[in-house]
Amino acid sequence: MSDTPSELRYTKSHEWARLDDDTVVVGISDYAQDALGDVVFVELPVVGDDVTEGEEVAVVESVKAASDIYSPISGSIIRVNELLDEQPELLNSDPYGEGWIFTISPTDSDDYGELLDSNGYDEFCSSEENEH
Amino acid sequence: MKTYLYNSHVELGAKMVDFFGWQMPLHYGSQIEEHHAVRQASGMFDVSHMLPVDFNGDDSKRFLQLMLASNVEKLDQDGRASYTVMLNENGGILDDLIVYRLASQSYRAIFNAGTAQADLDWISSNAVSEFNVDIRPRHDLNILAIQGPDALTKSSDLLGTTPLEELKPFRCMESNGFFIGRTGYTGEDGIEVLCGSEQVQVLWKELHDLGVHPCGLGARDTLRLEAGLNLNGQDMSQDISPLESALGWVVDWEPEERQFIGRQALTQERTKGPDRRLTGIVLEGGIMRAGQEVRTDSGTGVITSGSYSPTLGYSIALARVPVAATATCRVVIRNREKEGRLVRPPFVRKGEKVHK
Repeated sequence: MSDTPSELRYTKSHEWARLDDDTVVVGISDYAQDALGDVVFVELPVVGDDVTEGEEVAVVESVKAASDIYSPISGSIIRVNELLDEQPELLNSDPYGEGWIFTISPTDSDDYGELLDSNGYDEFCSSEENEH
Repeated sequence: MKTYLYNSHVELGAKMVDFFGWQMPLHYGSQIEEHHAVRQASGMFDVSHMLPVDFNGDDSKRFLQLMLASNVEKLDQDGRASYTVMLNENGGILDDLIVYRLASQSYRAIFNAGTAQADLDWISSNAVSEFNVDIRPRHDLNILAIQGPDALTKSSDLLGTTPLEELKPFRCMESNGFFIGRTGYTGEDGIEVLCGSEQVQVLWKELHDLGVHPCGLGARDTLRLEAGLNLNGQDMSQDISPLESALGWVVDWEPEERQFIGRQALTQERTKGPDRRLTGIVLEGGIMRAGQEVRTDSGTGVITSGSYSPTLGYSIALARVPVAATATCRVVIRNREKEGRLVRPPFVRKGEKVHK
């Protein structure tokens, strides 16, 4: 069973989001990193880019395949985790901590609240599992 | 379909995937750890989905000389083996395989899982009555590949053999019901063992108890790619000749009177000169994948296999490019060009980086 911290919010494309003062930190869930396998390369978003909810902003490459990372909310990219250039494996070892990918300043502060909570996300993951 | 080790894989927590109708382990947790285990110590792979086929009868050799691009006559002693390809009339590669000479007029070849049935059909259709050859698929045999610098020492006692080191590369022997070839698909030293279903389960457990790391198809793929070994269906196919697959060395043109299937087409291609060649590419700052476009000063090519090299820490690939292409290239990854370097495979030899 994968780890789904209750203080975070989630998307159906398996990103997590955490409200940190005015910005939102984004990464991929434990469920996602487990499904991807060993992460070997991360193409980070560009700082300053304005993005919309659901837009492809980054790419995570595992040994096996490339996966797009979508922005959970609209806003502008504030910071990216440059540590991932050298240590992409942090996405596997610490997906909710050092493996964060980027922070975003939301266009609309209400958007965060509309994301899935941990229960909703767990339910979504189980329903996905059952389909396979 | 399941191999006799299916339950062992599941018990070890393997992520199982469908591979040409077979339920096979992709990895047992970390594909990269498995890769390093083979480069630094030892790993084992269940490759029982591959199909051994035995050829017996007075015309076995003559038949294989028709079917294979290499000259089986070169296996001049029992227990010798060679890597070869089976071609169609157009010179395209139907499959690559290792053929072992068991005895005079007795050979064993091991075919890939994905093409095994088509291979058998092709072989049968060519085994016309003028050939006295008995073709026997050995579905009863399981295959375990034990690979890595420690593979031989770990396996010797279990297989009941004198030091396995005495078995030279590309030689095979039989011992206590095990058929052992000093061959593999990882670029490391090692063996491939064929045996019955009860034996394979015991051997797997014993090797595991000795610390030989179970490895899945994922690690098998990155290991063979680092070693610059082609994968059928990806780096070669029935539409592409060995000359364009970096396998010209496999083809025996002598003696001239040996009319193997595909010879005529290959001869024409050789006279004209092939248009493309298979090369290696190294690239940092992205991961190359099969199907991506390769732009060179001599025209465009395509990545046939691409991945991340766990040993090197960056991306490596095999690519089919125009013959004249040299030095650098641009690989198109998600609509952006990334600079790569054309190199001659392998990328890793005996655990060490080959290209500076």
